[in-house]
Parts: sequence; structure tokens; C-alpha cells
Amino acid sequence: MIRVLSLIFVLSAVWLLLSGHYDTVFYGLGAVSVALTVWVSARMKVIDHEGHPFHIAGRVFIYFPWLFWEIIKSNIDVARRVLSPSLPISPRVFVVQASQKTAVGRTIYANSITLTPGTVTIDVRGSELEVHALTEASAEGIQSGVMDAHATRFEGTG
Amino acid sequence: MDASLDLVCWVLILVGGAFGITGGIGIVRMPSFFTRIHAAGMAETMCAPPILLAMMIQAGWSLVTFKLVLILIFLFLTSPTASHALAKAALHGGVPPVDPGADDR
Repeated sequence: MIRVLSLIFVLSAVWLLLSGHYDTVFYGLGAVSVALTVWVSARMKVIDHEGHPFHIAGRVFIYFPWLFWEIIKSNIDVARRVLSPSLPISPRVFVVQASQKTAVGRTIYANSITLTPGTVTIDVRGSELEVHALTEASAEGIQSGVMDAHATRFEGTG
Repeated sequence: MDASLDLVCWVLILVGGAFGITGGIGIVRMPSFFTRIHAAGMAETMCAPPILLAMMIQAGWSLVTFKLVLILIFLFLTSPTASHALAKAALHGGVPPVDPGADDR
């Protein structure tokens, strides 16, 4: 139930902020749209920990800044390799274990790997992620498990 | 809005543009499909976000900024999904992820 209320709140906020019009007609249209969306979502049974994972929303502010910093660092590394005349890359594929318990957690981890330049998740089998890395250094960065630990902390226990 | 903020915006836009061009060069220079994905990933993570950030600074605290933030969030959610879909399709389509020989597809 708390998820339904949270979804109603988020949808209403998005409607108000995206429209930028504040009069009765738009409030009415917004209320109808929100009610219809919530009703359809409830019927599809997607308002759960996967469809509306609001329990991790607070930790976004810890995880995203860390992830952005990682992305900036690896971007500079990949850019240097791309622009270097000898193109110093050594592509490789390896398998890492994802320590997250839920599908949402594993998705966050796999997406974070892909978002970081130099590493792409190419396949997921259960809790095993197959990763393609551009260089040995970027492969070691993932294998060290630092990002895995951050993603698990982001996922939390709920 | 003063000159120093404008300067920050210029730097951010130039950084975004530089990474966009570098990503393009990378796509041309990389030897195989999977290595090209890395170059494309660079273009989507360091090209658009700094430019969007510069636009947010220019827009100030307004609804436009909120919309730019939404664009940024959608970009960060959809671009790795697209990259992963591409890579997985290629993998299951039989493209070898690591090809020691010089391949140029």
C-alpha cells in the first residue's frame, strides 16, 4: 500500500513539474492520468520491489556520486587509449560473481559495469555476469569487487 | 548569472564535445564490434551529461532544469540497457567477443 501511495506521489510530482501549467483543467487531467496509470499498474501487479523500488531511493545520493566519479576516471583512461597512436588495448572476457540478492540489485550492478567505459556486461546467467573488458586494468577494476560491494550496499537488505 | 558561471558552462560544453569527438574517433579506430561498444559508451557517459549540466547551470532553478535532470536520469538508465542488448545480441549471434586475429567488421 505504501508503494501505491509513493507511486501516486511520484507520478503527480512528475505531472506537475513537466506540465508547468497550474489551473483546474490541468489538475483534473493530471488526477485522471495518475489514477489510470496506478490502476493499470496495480492490475498488472508491477507495483512491487522491482517495478517501484522506492526503498533504495535514499541511497541513490550515496551511490550515484561514487559511480559518476568512477565513470569520469575510466572515461579519461579510455579516451587516452583511443587517442594514443599505438591503440594500447587488450580485450578480454571474464566472469564475475554478483553478490546482490535480488534481480534489481544485479541489474544495478550489471548496468553500472556497462555504464563505466572499458567494461560491458555481455551476458547474465543467474548471479554470474559475463563481462567484456577493453584492457587488463579495467578488468582488474571489476574483479577487485569494489563496485560489487558498492552495488550491494546500494541494494540494501529490503 | 555572472561571467564565472558562464566560464564553467563553456568548459563543460567543451569537455562534452571533446569526449563526443573522442568517442567517434574510438568507434572508427577500434578493431572489433565489442571494443567499439566501449568507445560508444564513452560518448554517452561523458558527452551528453556535461553538456546537460552546462544547460542546467544556464537555466538556473526552474522547470527546465528539472526536465534536464529527467533527461539525464533516462539517459543513464537507457544507454547501458541498449549497450547490453547490442552486446548480448552480438554474442548470441556468434560474434567472437575476443578475436586475437585482426578482424574488421
